[in-house]
Amino acid sequence: MKNQFYRSDLIPDIDMPAEFVHWENRMDVEKAANDSSSGPFIPRRQFLKLSGLAGGGLVLAFSLGRGPKAAASPDKQASGEYFAPNAFIQIAKDGAIVIAAKNPEVGQGVKTFLPMIIAEELEVPWESVTVKQSEIDLERFGRQSAGGSQSTPRNWDLLRQTGAVARTMLVTAAAQTWGVSESQCKADQGYVVNRSTGKRLAYAELASAAAALPIPEKDSVKLKDRSEYKLLGKFIPGVDNRALVTGQPLFGIDQKLPGMLYAVYVKCPNFGGVAKQANLDVIRKRPGVVDAFIIEGNGNELELMSGVAIVAKSTHQAFQAEKALRVIWDKSNASDNSWEAYKAEALSIGPKAGQISDEMGDAEAALAQADQTVESFYTYPFLSHANLEPQNCTAWFHDGKMEIWAPSQTPQNVARMINSALDIDPSDVVIHQLRIGGGFGRRLMNDFVVEVCAIAKEIEAPVKLTWTREADMAHDFYRPGGFHHLKGALSQGRWTGLLDHFVSFTPEGGDGKRPVRGGNLSPDLFQFPEIPNLRLDQTFLPSRVPTGFWRAPRSCAVAWVFQSFANEMAVAAGRDHLEFLLEQFGEPRWLEEGERRALHTGRAIDVVELAAKKGDWGNPMSQGQGRGLAFYFSHLGYFAQVAEVTVDASNRVKIDRVVVAADVGLLLNKSGGENQVEGSVVDGISTLAGQEITFEDGEVLETNFDDYPLSRMASTPKIEMHWLTTDWSPTGLGEPAFPPVAGAVCNAIFDATGHRIRTMPISKEGFHI
Amino acid sequence: MATIQLKVNQEGRELRDIDPATPLLWALRDHLGLVGTKYGCGKGLCGACTVHINGAAIRSCSMPVSSVAGQSVTTIEGLAPDRQNLHPLQEAWMEHDVPQCGYCQAGQIMNAAALLQSTPSPSDEEIDNAMSGNLCRCGTYTRIRAAIHTAAGKGGAS
Repeated sequence: MKNQFYRSDLIPDIDMPAEFVHWENRMDVEKAANDSSSGPFIPRRQFLKLSGLAGGGLVLAFSLGRGPKAAASPDKQASGEYFAPNAFIQIAKDGAIVIAAKNPEVGQGVKTFLPMIIAEELEVPWESVTVKQSEIDLERFGRQSAGGSQSTPRNWDLLRQTGAVARTMLVTAAAQTWGVSESQCKADQGYVVNRSTGKRLAYAELASAAAALPIPEKDSVKLKDRSEYKLLGKFIPGVDNRALVTGQPLFGIDQKLPGMLYAVYVKCPNFGGVAKQANLDVIRKRPGVVDAFIIEGNGNELELMSGVAIVAKSTHQAFQAEKALRVIWDKSNASDNSWEAYKAEALSIGPKAGQISDEMGDAEAALAQADQTVESFYTYPFLSHANLEPQNCTAWFHDGKMEIWAPSQTPQNVARMINSALDIDPSDVVIHQLRIGGGFGRRLMNDFVVEVCAIAKEIEAPVKLTWTREADMAHDFYRPGGFHHLKGALSQGRWTGLLDHFVSFTPEGGDGKRPVRGGNLSPDLFQFPEIPNLRLDQTFLPSRVPTGFWRAPRSCAVAWVFQSFANEMAVAAGRDHLEFLLEQFGEPRWLEEGERRALHTGRAIDVVELAAKKGDWGNPMSQGQGRGLAFYFSHLGYFAQVAEVTVDASNRVKIDRVVVAADVGLLLNKSGGENQVEGSVVDGISTLAGQEITFEDGEVLETNFDDYPLSRMASTPKIEMHWLTTDWSPTGLGEPAFPPVAGAVCNAIFDATGHRIRTMPISKEGFHI
Repeated sequence: MATIQLKVNQEGRELRDIDPATPLLWALRDHLGLVGTKYGCGKGLCGACTVHINGAAIRSCSMPVSSVAGQSVTTIEGLAPDRQNLHPLQEAWMEHDVPQCGYCQAGQIMNAAALLQSTPSPSDEEIDNAMSGNLCRCGTYTRIRAAIHTAAGKGGAS
């Protein structure tokens, strides 16, 4: 039964959609961001197409379809009914190698590391590769998205095979040229070498011959052994760096088209309010204003909510006009939610049983029989994504087509939404992907894309919509806050029972049983598999506050709760936290064999022990100093962290050092990967220090970086990273380093001061950084 | 509406028919097409819009274009003498692979360039203080600090 409780489809890695009750089902983040319907079904077929480049050369375009059906339709291939490629390699006669980067770049480094995978297997020097951002095209590139740290696991096999197929064909071409067997030939950094004679032929010379060859099955080609890697694992700087440091236009907000106009879109400060009337005549007379109009919207918060559009000749004029805008809102269906009221309610309902309950063993009995029990109430707030590039998008409705330049994490969701909200045929939607100034899950939602399209549909010119910072903070899909009533049982120093009554939120007006997006909890998130008696109760409070997926959804909040409470239990038991935490993993084993989303306790133990060793666990510290340890497994990555803090008499916390130990199998790009970890630690410090989205009468109170502070350089600790090299497949690093940060820091604060932080951010408990 | 003249990246530019209250940020981005300077907060809180006026770092989102009429503005596009010879900070940023999303980095570099002008070999503390007004949502601070040290060691004030 234990394994059943910790079943792997209980998702350590990605979130569930709001429409699913509880944890029985698992869906992709992108699909979840897309409540309405599933998209047009595109059959996956094996497809590989070769064609000559204009100047001679080899173009390889693959669809690495899956399953037995993948290769089953040669007749359809012959008739031209092809599935499209999901990777793209060009080798020109002059030796230029172009590799397409398929997924949206949000800062996670995907534009660099996915092409690196292809280049490694293609066996070419990275310096010879030009990376080009691909267009958005499901048929040619397969799924293109940035979310859930999924780009790596989803593309690892496919892109290695993509490179290896091309390399194999180039080797075959060389063998035929020389009249030797393929085993006599070896690919080596852009050349094929004849093992006997030492002769070399450049890929460029072989490109045309290779293009005429039959294509080997993707599963038949030999992939490189990791010991043969020359590129993966190295420190490779981002491919856009030169453009970034010289200020070239790359981002969504940098888009400019001839005759382009500039728009703002003003929505009701109370979520769900509808624009009834506005002083449009006044606004239209404002300097530079071209038009102003009310958009009814379709009431779907993921698509198009009601609001007022102002279109002007410059961003400044649009922003200025907004200041003069007066709107009469119909708030009859708008949110009147209050964070303070939720906090009071969550506290008061604590002792009651939850609406939904799941249990392994008998937690109540364990508590009744315990030598000692510990009770705590934990609170964490709503959070905004606060991307530094505010939401923006450019669209141009011309020739019956809606052409879009979007900084979106899920560009392939857009056409369906435009169809739903604006009744434009999906085939008339063309979307270009642009670099994104920070994702963190915010741009899994495409509300800002639909908004600009709604405006562009009314305007005979390209339009760029730019949200003000204030609009961005007032209309996010927030990380939902939450409350945990925890009871722990100790018998003879061992953790024998845990009861969590989790208070979260449900969409107002619904059946009351569905958690909001990102506000659900499942037993796999506890990650203490040796506790024999475990119960999870859940109560949902109705809410209209839009919620969504925030860096490491769910884990970003609950890891702090559970890793803090584990420390409370260790302290109550009078035991060393390291020893106590390791005891919760038991024997090294995989909780569900073959399922990567299931916790592997051996990998957990290894990173915890490594972090403890590198973090000088057990070494004495001075007065006012403390050390804390936390672990978490999310997004297929195992992370343990030791934080060291110094707390002065005024409760000012200086985080001196954070030691990170990780097992992600293989670190693909040492630079990009370590950058993600450093950033996750800083983000963890930002959130624990002082970030909190509050709302009163349905209106968010925070407006900008003065009341929603981001961490600054001076509070960045020394960050040390230690990577275990294991044979496991790699995973993405946008998320899994984040969850343990707050637990490690708060446990360190307790070690230093004896004060247990149970409310986030720590400023709520009188501490500051 | 007014006509305003100023020098941008060593070139004389004329902005015609512009609201004199337009923040320099939007004059650069919308009117002159120099989009390397970024909008983050509009209130001088994040530093993404940092440019130089007569060599000093300022927040262009909070500076009306009329107030810099006739003065010399340097943006990230004009920091390097030419495409082949980047500023030592730009080289150091690439060497350390500082950017994640990269959105704040133009502002970071412009602020750091002003720092190195006044303090050619800054300590960690001097860097932290000088850079405290520049936010990086991705948290690349450790690398920014390292890149500033590298650039300083290579005559970053030049």
